[in-house]
Amino acid sequence: MSARLNFASSVLAALSGVAYGAPFQNALLPAGVQADHVHTLWLIMLGTCTVVFIALFTAFVAALWRAPRSTEETPPQTSRTTGTERGATRAVALGAALSIAGLLGLLVASVVTDRALAGLPLKDGLVIEVNGQQWWWQVTYAPGDPSRTFETANELHIPVGRPVLLKLQSPDVIHSFWVPNLAPKKDLIPGRTLTLTLRADTPGVYRGQCAEFCGYQHAKMAFLVIAEEPAQYEQWAQSQHDSAKEPADAVRKRGRQVFMESPCVMCHAIQGTRANARTGPDLTHVASRMTLAAGTLPNTRGHLAGWITNPQQVKPGANMPAVTLPADDLQALLTYLESLK
Amino acid sequence: MSAAGGGRLRLDIPRALVCCALTVALSACEREARRFDETAAKSVPAEPVRLSPLQPGGATPAPQMRNRAEDNAYAVSQGQRLFTAFNCVGCHAHGGGSIGPALMDDKWIYGQEPRNVYASIVQGRPNGMPSFSGKIPEAQVWQIVAYVRSMAGYLGSAAAPSRTDSMSAAGPEATRDPQPPRQTSTPQP
Amino acid sequence: MSRDIPVGRGEPSPDENGKLERAWGTPPGLVGWLSSIDHKVIGYRFIVTAMAFFAAGGILAALMRLQLAVPENSLIGPDLYNQIFTMHGTTMMFLFAVPVMQAMGVYLVPLMVGTRNIAFPRLNAYAYWIYLFGGLMIYTAFALDIGPDAGWFSYPPLAGPEFSPGKRVDFWAQLITFTEVSGLLTSIVLITTILKLRAPGMTLDRMPLFVWAILVTSFMIMFAMPAIMFASTGLITDRLVGTHFYNPAEGGDAMLWQHLFWFFGHPEVYIIFIPALGFISSIIATFARRPVFGYPVLVLSMIATGFLGFGLWVHHMFATDAPELGKSFFTAASMIIAIPTALQIFCWITTLWNGRLNFRVPLLFVLAFFFILVIGGLTGIMLASGPLDLQVHDTYFVVAHLHYVLIGGAVFPLFGAFYYWFPKITGRMLNERLGRWNFWLFFIGFNVTFFPMHHLGLYGMPRRVYTYPANVGWSDLNAVATLGAVVIAVSMLLFLVNVIRSYRSGARSPHDPWSAPTLEWATASPPPVYNFARIPIVASREPLWGPSGIVGRVDGLSMDPPENLVTCVLDAAPDHRSVYPRPGIWPFLSAVATTVLFVGSIFTPWAIVWGAVPVAIALTAWFWPGKDEIDEHLALERKP
Repeated sequence: MSARLNFASSVLAALSGVAYGAPFQNALLPAGVQADHVHTLWLIMLGTCTVVFIALFTAFVAALWRAPRSTEETPPQTSRTTGTERGATRAVALGAALSIAGLLGLLVASVVTDRALAGLPLKDGLVIEVNGQQWWWQVTYAPGDPSRTFETANELHIPVGRPVLLKLQSPDVIHSFWVPNLAPKKDLIPGRTLTLTLRADTPGVYRGQCAEFCGYQHAKMAFLVIAEEPAQYEQWAQSQHDSAKEPADAVRKRGRQVFMESPCVMCHAIQGTRANARTGPDLTHVASRMTLAAGTLPNTRGHLAGWITNPQQVKPGANMPAVTLPADDLQALLTYLESLK
Repeated sequence: MSAAGGGRLRLDIPRALVCCALTVALSACEREARRFDETAAKSVPAEPVRLSPLQPGGATPAPQMRNRAEDNAYAVSQGQRLFTAFNCVGCHAHGGGSIGPALMDDKWIYGQEPRNVYASIVQGRPNGMPSFSGKIPEAQVWQIVAYVRSMAGYLGSAAAPSRTDSMSAAGPEATRDPQPPRQTSTPQP
Repeated sequence: MSRDIPVGRGEPSPDENGKLERAWGTPPGLVGWLSSIDHKVIGYRFIVTAMAFFAAGGILAALMRLQLAVPENSLIGPDLYNQIFTMHGTTMMFLFAVPVMQAMGVYLVPLMVGTRNIAFPRLNAYAYWIYLFGGLMIYTAFALDIGPDAGWFSYPPLAGPEFSPGKRVDFWAQLITFTEVSGLLTSIVLITTILKLRAPGMTLDRMPLFVWAILVTSFMIMFAMPAIMFASTGLITDRLVGTHFYNPAEGGDAMLWQHLFWFFGHPEVYIIFIPALGFISSIIATFARRPVFGYPVLVLSMIATGFLGFGLWVHHMFATDAPELGKSFFTAASMIIAIPTALQIFCWITTLWNGRLNFRVPLLFVLAFFFILVIGGLTGIMLASGPLDLQVHDTYFVVAHLHYVLIGGAVFPLFGAFYYWFPKITGRMLNERLGRWNFWLFFIGFNVTFFPMHHLGLYGMPRRVYTYPANVGWSDLNAVATLGAVVIAVSMLLFLVNVIRSYRSGARSPHDPWSAPTLEWATASPPPVYNFARIPIVASREPLWGPSGIVGRVDGLSMDPPENLVTCVLDAAPDHRSVYPRPGIWPFLSAVATTVLFVGSIFTPWAIVWGAVPVAIALTAWFWPGKDEIDEHLALERKP
């Protein structure tokens, strides 16, 4: 696979003369079997189309090269000399035949890829429900199994080598779930449940983004998929299933109180407390996530403070309102949220 | 050129268009503005409002106030979203009422003026209406107030919401006729 | 040019020309200006208006490129950016691309088929005014912050009442109504002109390829537009009166919109592309100094494209839950449509191969097609493939593809067409030197702007984002694209300078500056109001090439009242004479009344009721026969 990648990268680098995009959001660096199928198809298509383009363009340049020059005064050539026209007819017919053959080849390649995508074995698959909404991703693991289910947001952990079945839904407008390194995209359509299957084969962090225009913050509706070794994944899943721990000290206790008394509690849930609203992301393990605001900000104390006090600066139009708090309360709230590992 | 007809006129038309464009741009549309960075203030207890129409020595009308959110379609639609998100529908349903009173009829126990509705949300009311003081930012309360009043047809049809994408029996808020308040002297749950 | 125009017998006297001028001319004054029904006046206004919208759409594009030049740019916020890209797409598709192609048809087709004026000229004028008012309406709305912001495709539920509050999307939906009415009426006008007003002897297989292209396009419009007509009407009733066409909770379906929209939207691409094929055939023939090779192949290819174009709309919806087998069918259908286009390209290359080439600016623009469109076509084949499409769908790869197809396939040939027909329309030549600068800057700027977008798409950059983070590796390529956009802007400025300068003081053009084969060059530049003093009788596909192209002139048409010759559909044998309508203000007033109805219905459904009254009055007045007119008809019946 790496030889193929090198080939593709050199072709593209030659075409563009510019360096690659980031490795963690890139359809040309497949890290999963589904993306790999499509990548192979891409290479076939790119190769075929490059050959076709060169052939056609050569013929075109040759035609310009060999044809004599003229001016407006040149008398038009209306009598058709049968010899050359017969040759021309043959050339066009040959071109048509080659085009049809080439297209048939590409069609077969496309259908074979389609079958390969549909044929991913789902035995022992992990089922995850993804609810795309304006403008974040609600992720529910093991839906329908109360003993194992838990909820997170904007971040999916998946075990490497195990197939994943994503159930895609939307409560508001149409979104599209796309992690280029792992799988082709699929829409989330209100009133329907669509499924997408994928399997990560290389551990790593892959960025995904909403691909269907969904309103003001379509640009900042990203998420991460973290593909990790199965043991690591199990550990993570276990920790996510737990409720939030009791605050260990007075500052955190105060932070929890601030959370309960401020607008936070109107939209967010923290399992193990009385906060159980489901309008915004579940914050039970917010500190364990890598990003804030749907992949927009790195999860640091400073960014968290900025996001709470002035979210409209970060994501204008987002549904998170600005919350003003006295400095002490804000610090306590931040400390509490940071403890929600 | 002959194809252009009266060439003299063509010169004036673009200029006229520019003038028109400038005029309309200067009077841009309040209904359509998207004010994402509304004030971040916490909702505070509302100023005193009258909860009864009865006054000694003849009635003097309560001072009128405008809720800016009511002229803005985006603000009203945000109010509509919050009405569901904050579970107002849990008691009031979509205006028809169930545990809580209906909001689309002509009966306003605590007054139908924007400031009355605001006070009812922020202060809470006996017999089950919780107080949302401190829990909802002020700008969002005004958005909810605008939406609540739209349910009884108080908003102009241009800013009031049309149908939602959920089941609704009552028809879009924008098509409702205003329900003149029927004053009731005693709060009835 | 020294070559004589073949005139046949019976050139009319100056006195006759004066009479013709009076009979076919436009009355003076403001009312006369608004009353004109001459296809050249209407076509000219149509072209100028469409180019003004092209400029507006281009400025919006430049704003987007500025915003995306650097990551996390704060120049334009999401609210305005969404309005801008929606307006850009809407302008380019509905107010520029389709109208400008129809406008070229309105101007050129009557001249090319050798008739005095277009069929249904008042309908034609009405269609123009409707188009103009629609465009003014949407730009007024945009200036008032009521610009549509749900994308030019307006997918519900985002474009529906719950998620697009206010009147923004309603204005968009009504703009669609305006352009539908205008597009459909212009199609009817063009089809009738082509089928019934051709010069005697111009059988179907002698029709210029451009006329064929317009014929195919017009039929496509007639079959594609009703789909979006229903779709946008459903959207506006959903928004205004609470119907549930696109509401899954009440038995509607958001997918219904996508099917209806793309059933129109995909043919739309070919509606824009096929007239450009006509430009290319016209220009290549003239500048290769020979007829285009494979006339039947080209005609059949255009017709095949017209049919196949309706069978592949689902390839815009591969990411939805359309059934897998259905997707494979649409993959195959989308690939098949490459074949007629490939055939045409082969025919043109063969023509160039066997021709003698005159590298003037119109030819340069057409030659760019062979580079740009071929790349766009090949990426189109990639997008036809379901699985590959799912990786690049809704990314900048598609942005690159569609601009390669539409700019390479339609805008470059259109610019070639401007350089080619400008002398005919204005009587002056465009400057060749500026033209070459215009061409090369456009060509280079275009590729610098759009080629990197292929990579951006593969690197994961979605479409319709108002900004992007710095750490995803898109910054360099976006900066390059913005640089290219600057080059395009300079090139467009040069074009504007060239047009204005040449219009005022360019070299005078003779009848036929390029020594071209088709009939429009047989009359003066600019053409007289009556187009041809005597309608030519045609005996060849290239009537101006060779001595036997025009074998005679039609005689015996009444000059006052003006008469036009109607011929048979297939063989263009003279059929009957028809009295031509006089200019009138009523098409304009009807368009005003219709505009009041359409704009009013954005605010209240009752506007359809009270708004119908002025429309009915205006239309009745329009068709009310005057006493003079009746007398003329009676006189004609007695004395031919």
